Amino acid sequence: MEITLAHYLVLAAILFTLGVFGIFLNRKNVIIILMSIELILLAVNINLVAFSTHLGDLVGQVFAMFVLTVAAAEAAIGLAILVVYFRNRGTIAVEEINLMKG
Amino acid sequence: MIISGLVFYIFATVIVASAVMVISSRNPVHSVLFLILAFLNAAGLFVLMGAEFLAWILVIVYVGAVAVLFLFVVMMLNINAAEMRRGVMDYLPTGALVGLVLLIEIAMIVMNQQFGSDVAGMVGVPTPAVDQVTNTKALGDVLYTRYIYLFEAAGIILLIAMIGAIVLTLRGRPGVRRQRIPDQIGRRREEAVELKKVTPGSGV
Repeated sequence: MEITLAHYLVLAAILFTLGVFGIFLNRKNVIIILMSIELILLAVNINLVAFSTHLGDLVGQVFAMFVLTVAAAEAAIGLAILVVYFRNRGTIAVEEINLMKG
Repeated sequence: MIISGLVFYIFATVIVASAVMVISSRNPVHSVLFLILAFLNAAGLFVLMGAEFLAWILVIVYVGAVAVLFLFVVMMLNINAAEMRRGVMDYLPTGALVGLVLLIEIAMIVMNQQFGSDVAGMVGVPTPAVDQVTNTKALGDVLYTRYIYLFEAAGIILLIAMIGAIVLTLRGRPGVRRQRIPDQIGRRREEAVELKKVTPGSGV
C-alpha cells in the first residue's frame, strides 16, 4: 500500500471536480460558490505540495504559500462585497444580480 | 508503510466526504463547518507529505481566519436557506455532466503521467535533508532570499485586500454624535471667547 504521487493527484482531481460541481449546483447562493472556490484552491495546493515533495523541490511549497495568500485576500474581498450587496439589496441571489445588464 | 497508507486513505476519505457535504448541505453554517473539517484533514495530508509549515499555515489561515470570516458573514446575512436551495435539481444534470467530463479528463492525464528523463536536473531549489534542516527553516531560507520580491508583493496584496474590505464595509451612519478632535484642536480664541465691558449696575 505504497502511497505514490498519483494517489495525491487523483485526490486533488476529485476535490477540484467537487468544487466545480458545487459552483454548478449552488447557482443561487454566493457564499457556497465562494466556499467551492476555496475547495478548488485547496485541490491546487494539494497538487503543488505533492509535486514539491515528490520531486524534492521547495519552490512548489513557496508557490502554495502564495496561493494561500491570494485565496485569503479573495475571500476577504468577496465577503465584503457580499455584505455590501446584501445591505443594499436585501438578497444575495446570483440570478438577481443583473443591475449592470442595461 | 502500511500505517502511512492507512492514514492517507482516512484523510482522503474524510476530505472528499466533507467536500461533498460542503456543496450539498442545506444549512450554510454546516457547509462552513464541513469546510473547516476538509481543511484540517488536508493539513494532515500535508504533514504526511512532509510539508509541516504549510500544514500549520493552512490550519492558522483557513481554520483560524477565513472559515471564521465565512461564519461571521453567514450569520450576519439573514439568508433564507430553503429559498436558496430551490432550483438545485434543475442544475444537477448539467453540473454532473460537466463534473464527470472534467474528472475523466483529469484522471486520464494523471493516470498516464510520467516524468521526462531530464526532470531531475530542473529542480529549482532542492529540499535539504530533513534531519539537518527543518521544513520551516528551509522554506524561510528560500522565501526571504530568492523570492523576496514575491513575498513583498504578497504583503501588498494582503494590504490592498484589507483596505478594500474596510472601505467597502465601512459606512458613515448619520445622526451619531462623536468627538471631532480636529475641530476641537482647531478652535481659536476669537471664536470661543468674547470679552464684554460691563459697567457696574447695568448688566450685559
